[in-house]
Formats: sequence, structure tokens, C-alpha cells
Amino acid sequence: MSIASAPALSARAVAPVASKTRRWLRRYGLPALGALVILAWIIVALSAPALSPYNPATVDVTARLRPPSFLHWLGTDVLGRDVFTRLVHGTRVSLTTGIVVVLVGAIIGTLVGGIAAYVRGRLEELIMRLTDLVLCFPPIILAMAIAAALGIGTTNTIIAMLIVWWPKFARLARSLVLVQRSQEYVEAAVVMGLSPTRILLRHILPNSIGPLIVLVTLDVGNAIITFAGLSFLGLGVIPPTPEWGSMVSEGRELIEQWWVATFPGAAILTVVLGFNFLGDGIRDWLDPRSRRR
Amino acid sequence: MADTRSRLSSVRTPATTGTAVLDVRDLRTQFFTDAGIVRAVDGVTFSVAAGETLGIVGESGSGKSVTALSLMRLLDEPARIVGGEVRFQGRDVLAMNPDELRALRGDGVAMVFQDPMTSLNPVLRIARQLVETMRAHGRFSDEQATARAISLLGRMGITAPERAINSYPHQFSGGMRQRVMLAMGFSNEPALLIADEPTTALDVTIQAQILDLIVELNRDFGAAIILISHALGVIANVCRRVIVMYAGEVVEEGPTEQVLADPRHPYTWALINAVPRIDRHLPGTRRLTTIEGAPPDPLGIPSGCRFAPRCPFRIAKCDEHPALLDLAPGRKARCWVTQSGEPLPPPMAAQTATAVSTAVPKPSETAIAEPLLKVRGLVKHFPLPRDGLFGPKKVVRAVGGVDLDVIEGETVGVVGESGCGKSTFARLVVRIHEPTAGSIRFAGQEIADASAAVIRPLRRRMQMVFQDPYASLNPRMTVGDILSEPIRFHGLTESARETAERVEELLAAVGLNPKMAIRYPHEFSGGQRQRISIARALALKPEFIIADEPISSLDVNIQAQIINLLIDLQERFRLTYLFIAHDLAVVRHISDRIAVFYLGKVMEIAPAEDLFKASLHPYTRYLISAVPIPDADAERSRARLPLAGEPPSAIDPPSGCCFRTRCPIAKPICAEVTPPLAMLRSDHLAACHFPGQF
Repeated sequence: MSIASAPALSARAVAPVASKTRRWLRRYGLPALGALVILAWIIVALSAPALSPYNPATVDVTARLRPPSFLHWLGTDVLGRDVFTRLVHGTRVSLTTGIVVVLVGAIIGTLVGGIAAYVRGRLEELIMRLTDLVLCFPPIILAMAIAAALGIGTTNTIIAMLIVWWPKFARLARSLVLVQRSQEYVEAAVVMGLSPTRILLRHILPNSIGPLIVLVTLDVGNAIITFAGLSFLGLGVIPPTPEWGSMVSEGRELIEQWWVATFPGAAILTVVLGFNFLGDGIRDWLDPRSRRR
Repeated sequence: MADTRSRLSSVRTPATTGTAVLDVRDLRTQFFTDAGIVRAVDGVTFSVAAGETLGIVGESGSGKSVTALSLMRLLDEPARIVGGEVRFQGRDVLAMNPDELRALRGDGVAMVFQDPMTSLNPVLRIARQLVETMRAHGRFSDEQATARAISLLGRMGITAPERAINSYPHQFSGGMRQRVMLAMGFSNEPALLIADEPTTALDVTIQAQILDLIVELNRDFGAAIILISHALGVIANVCRRVIVMYAGEVVEEGPTEQVLADPRHPYTWALINAVPRIDRHLPGTRRLTTIEGAPPDPLGIPSGCRFAPRCPFRIAKCDEHPALLDLAPGRKARCWVTQSGEPLPPPMAAQTATAVSTAVPKPSETAIAEPLLKVRGLVKHFPLPRDGLFGPKKVVRAVGGVDLDVIEGETVGVVGESGCGKSTFARLVVRIHEPTAGSIRFAGQEIADASAAVIRPLRRRMQMVFQDPYASLNPRMTVGDILSEPIRFHGLTESARETAERVEELLAAVGLNPKMAIRYPHEFSGGQRQRISIARALALKPEFIIADEPISSLDVNIQAQIINLLIDLQERFRLTYLFIAHDLAVVRHISDRIAVFYLGKVMEIAPAEDLFKASLHPYTRYLISAVPIPDADAERSRARLPLAGEPPSAIDPPSGCCFRTRCPIAKPICAEVTPPLAMLRSDHLAACHFPGQF
């Protein structure tokens, strides 16, 4: 009798389940795409000299502002430099600065924020008010001011960005450590008589790292844009070093010669999107509610 | 025998003589996970007659909650109902469209969930939520619904319902919220109420209040009730009929008294015998009856009887999967062993191996010596954030002056409801928290205000086992690292090899495979994790262990295993325990002496037997009376002492005796003079102006 009644079940109750491949694509499709894009750009950065047909700094005024052709795949700029070559070489500067700023900022921020949350009291108050102080300025304006004060150059720009960058990691790390420090395994470590440094570094921080990794991945794109922005404003790299932001900047008044600004802009777009997709994926993967057995 | 059998099998589903409100046939719910298909509910058949009370028992993962959710079609992807039939008042629930389903939910069938803290919307007033439920089904106008909401809240035992209805959920305690949930459940006069572990998150005195209310509601409103619980005592209290679930199947069904008195499935037998009972304590039987192993992996269910791998009574035929076989009118069991009609043997006969119990030196013999732990006037206040810049300074008086001695070799139990300060007390003793005032002497040394450096050597002698086996192990360290870290930090071993040997020794001591040291905590079940937690506490070879609710988040059979383990270890390593729990039966079973906490103070301290036979404090009497007993006859014949109300706030405790606001024998003196904890009989202390007069 029970088997006979099976067809009576509504379609909703017994509809077929999506295939394994489709479920994988739905869950990991975009993050995988993001990872592929980033991987492709990293390969481009590593093999830049092999990929590019010209020298990025070679000026050829006779061939200025040529449209894309077989000779110059993405055209040439005002000084007749090959856009494709400069784009490929620019990958190195953009990716490196983005990753360096975020990683160093994350490490400094996590340690400072972690110590604040673990020690509490006056030190925490001091550190957190300092982050408030930095965070209340628009990041790019503050970075601009500091970079301008330090002088033009890649290293100086990175230092300026770091000063702006660490507070958000400190805030996040503090809130994560506050959650973890009341967990029972931390209390167990206290009862064991372990030293506070050991408890913070060995027990609390490894368990707080998940959301920080997500912020790191999502933020690399952000840092690349900011660095490109600073370069666009003339504060980043020293010319003629190829860099995406400064390339966009050079092409910004050339409406007819669209290729000069469009291709580096598109490059920035793909890297930023790639890191965002990957970051979203890692966030979902680390969130236990979305991770099913 | 054959004669009886044929007579029995001719009686078909006699429990459903009334018209069935709910008829479930061969219900199958499966989870389509990446790892494979989990058959959470696998061919469950039962029915509920109008006005009947049915209990569903089983340990976590047995499929009891998934069954309840399937009945209402409340499951989301990746869970799906793949087969079977659910008929509510003759209508096919599985064939309903969304509109019909919505009409069914909350109107025909209502549901009350386990966690009252999250089942009300925190941003809406109670009135809005209750009225919304009634208006949604178009039965009542706004005014009618509001009037009805007030009368329902009054019926649920909420004082001043006219005022309460305009409160927000956070202004209510857990017990009060569960009353609101019940009011909401009954607001549309449903024919069936499904209550999924409605009292699990509540304290025992509040649990007793809610269970009494459910029984009354069943009587007065005539709604059938399905009560889902892991605790047999709760079921015995409320339900006429019970079904027992194991690994997605019904393994036994029958009238509650019969099932509890004479279980015919070995799993039911194990469930009943694993719980220590408050009304029946046999001196000398320190070990509880447990069954081996854990429920089967839901991805790899055995093809024969699903319980066979753990069953102490298995026979050759158990390789074949048994059907739910008729035993007697209304009684069924999925077991080949009890098919002959014979009852299962009493527990002691089944486990002769561990029946021998060595006597532990009783505290009275060594009472002259200085106690290992001596706590005097211990106070802990937690500051609260001020209301505004110039608001008054407020504190939570978590522990308000506790005196307690623990003598070497004994087990002292600490019981009390949540918020009574028992966990804070434990954390003060091990100095996770700094005491506000008072003295803690451990092994003759004052540690209440000692620095971390002074305490560090003492940490080796005093360890702690925590409540939550999922939170108490660092998820990013292997078990081996977790166990070796304290050993290496304190330099207890000479070489890495010695450390590894010690880790293996520890794992073996708590009954785990030493090879498991390379695994991470998430690869273990709750019970195994608690064993790891115990092994970690033992790593430093302590003499004193504080166990803070070490078994309260485990299933009953696992609880029994852990209790037995703790008793074994105590005898083997001569340990002293401070055992904190809210389950009185367990505390009585394991403890030599028991301290009863209420609102941060000790109400009574007495040897376990004396406390249960002749308690002197009224609160203790209430507490004992509120514990449900897994025996339907005993449960119904017992007069329960109704303790009204809830514990007052620890921010502003009552003056004098803190229990006076709920005490039936309180006199004016109780508000003025705080009764001291006085020795009233030998070894029996109580803080009451009128001890033993209630």
C-alpha cells in the first residue's frame, strides 16, 4: 500500500536532485574561475620577458599611437611603446604591490589586534583608538598625503599604503580573538599553565585565521586598485616603469586612441574580479553553515 | 507459544482505536550529501489517535527530529522525502501544494522547538507574534486575537499577561519563552502539537513546570501531542505511548509503562539501564550498564539488524534485517531475540565482568586531615557596563560567598540550576577567573590572590574537564599535540619518544586507540572527544580534577560510559573530583557528598544518601522532586512539589535568604537575616532558618 501511493507524492517532494557536477559547479564554479584568472596572471608576471615581443621602455616616436595590429597586438602609446609589452611587465608591479601591501598589513594588523584583544585594558584602548584615528580618513586621501610627503617611488607608496592598511585587519583580528578567548579550549590551555604568548600564538590565532584569509583575498584586488589609483595620480611608480594605473592615467585624455587606457583597465578589472571570486569562495568554504558533509 | 503468537498477530494496530489524527506509513527522508545518501528516516510507520500523547525517544542522529520536520515538510535541500505517506486527518501531506501546506502549519499542526531563545523573533513584541499567528489563518479578527492571546498567556501560567503581551522576547527567560511558544502553538486550536525536545534547554524545576503544562493542555484542549525527547523520564511523565528510534528506524513501540518496565528491544533496554535513577540507588553498584560502540555511520548502515554490532544479546539470525514484529496487542519490537516472548534479562546478569567494584576510602575515615581544597567566603562579581556615563555601577553577583571543603579521595558533587554560579565557582578554583574576595587553599597553599608564577606548579596537581566536547579541544591541533603540549611545556618527559609513549598511555587509559593520536578532534564523536578531554586533564598526573558538566551534552549511553570511565580513573589514579552537573541522578550516582547551589550561595551540603533521604533545605526538596523518573508508574504516583516562579536576577539578589522569594515557609526573619551555613547533623550543613520544617 505504501509503495502504491508513491506516485501521489507531489513533484516538489520527490523531484530529482541536481547531478554531482552541477552541484560542484554551483558551489565552486566562480571561485575556481577566480583562481584560474589569478593563476594565469601570476604565470604572465613570471614569464613577462618571454611573452613580450618588445622592451617595455623602448621609445619609438615614429610608431606612436598605432591601433592594435599584428605588429602591436594591443597598439602603442603616446611614446610609441608597445601596450601589450607594458601590460605584461606591469603585471609584476601591480600584483607584487597588491599582495605585499595586503600580506604585510594583515600580519601587522593581526598581531596588534590580537594582542589588544588578549591583553585588554589600557593597551587595547590605545590600539583601538589609533585604528579609529586612521580609519576615519578616506583611505586613498590619507595614502596620497603620506605618499606625497614621503616622495614618489614604489617603496614609499607601499609604506604609505601599509599605514592606511593595517587598522582594518587589527579591528577584525581583535573581534575574532575576543570570540576565541572565551572558548573552552583556551580556558583549558590556561588551566594547563601555558604562557600567554603561547596561548595567543598557538591556540587563539590559528583558530581566528579563517575570516582574515577571506579579507586578505578580497583585499588584494582593493590594494591593486588603490595602488593603480595612486600611480594614476602620479604618486606610485617612477616613470617609465610600466604599471597598470599609470598606463590608464597616460591614456585618459586619448578618446580616439581607446586602446591605450582600455587594456590596462581591463587587466585591473580581471585581477580584482578574480580575487573577489576566490575570496567569496573561501568565505563560503570556511562558513560551517554553507559547508555540508 | 505458537498459540499466543497467532493470537497476538491477529490484533492489528490496536493503539489506533480512535480516529487517527496522523497516520505515517513507511516514511523515508534522505539527505543527498556529497559523501553519499544519508537515510535519516528509513521506513517509519506510526499513527497518532485524536487526543493521544505519543513519545518519540532516541539518541542524537536517530532520526527523531528529521521525522518531526518531515511531517510538516519543513526540510530544506539537501534533505528530501523520497517515499512513504503522511496523512493528517485523512489528507495527504506530501501531495499538498504550498498554499495547502501553509494552511496546515500552525492551524492543524503546531510545533514547538527545542531552543526557546531562538524560536521567537527578537524584534517583534509578543503580542504581534501571537496575533499574527492567529490572523494568518483567518480565524480571528484583530481584537478577538488580542483578547485570545492574553487569555492564552494567562492559561500558560504567565503572570500579568496584559503587560507581558507588550514585551519583547529578550525580556523573558527561557522557560517563559517556551510558555509563549506553547501559547502560540495552541492559539489556533490545532489537532496535533509536535514538541521537539521542548524542555532540553531548560532547568529541571522549569522543565517540571513546562511538562505539567503540556499534560494539562493535552487534557483541556484535547490536542494530540507528539513529544520528542532523548530523556525517558520526560516521556514517562507525559506520554501514554512511546516509540523508540534507532538509526532511522522504529525499533520498539508500545504503551509507555510496558516499554519502560519490560523493554523488548536491546536498544531500549540499554537506554533504560544507562540512566542512573534518582528513586532507586543500589549502594555498591558504581558502574552503570552501558553498551559498546556508537550508532552506525549513517552512510554505511549494516545490512542486518542495525543494532546488532552493539547488541549484548545478538544471535546468528541478527544478520538478517528484522521487521517491526508484533509482540502483544499494541507492542512491537524490531528484534529477533525477543520474538520468543521472553523479557530481556536485568542488567547485572549481562555484565558480570565489571560488576566487581572496589570500595573507595570514605571521607569520614580521613576527615581529620586538612582538606585538599578549602574554600572560604569565595566571592566573584562581574562588572556590568554602566547605563550611560553617569549610571550606577552594577555587578552580577555570580558567586556570593561560598564555603566548601573537598577531602582527598572523595567526590564532591555540585548541583544547581543554570545561573547559580556553579561553573563560575569551578573557574575560580582553577583561577581562570580572579576571585573578588575570599580564600582558596589548595594543598595547604593560598591561591586566591597568588600570581600566575606561583600557581603554575600547582596547575599540575589540579586539572579541569570541560562541558562542551566540541569547544574544549583546539580544532587545529592533532590529538597527539593536544595531549603532549602540557607534558612538554611542563617538562615532564626527557625525550620526544617518551612523550609519545606517554600520549599512547593516556589514550589507552581513557579507552581510545593509541593510534588515533595523529587525528584531529573533528574526526571523533562527542563521547570520544570527551575522553580526549579527560586524557588531557590526566596528562599532568593531577590529583584533583574539576569536572564542569562533563556529560550534559552527551547521549545517555555515552554519559554512562563517561561516568564509568571517571569512576575507573578515580580508583586507578586515586583522584579527587569536584563534579559539577545539573542532573541530580548523575550527581547522586557519582558523589560522596553533594553541595546544592542557588544564586551563588551554598544552600545545603550533605553526604549523597542523606541529602536525598532527608534534605533539610526546602530548595533541595523541590529540586529532587522535579527530576523526572523513567518509570511511568512511579512518575504518576509521585506527588510533585510545584516550585513556582524562576530564580531572581543575580544583579539584584533578594535580601537575607536568597531563596525566600520562592520559599513556601518563608517568614519575615528570612528577609532580614541571611541564614548561615550551619552544621545541623553530622556532616550535614544547611543554610536555612527553618531546616527540615518543609
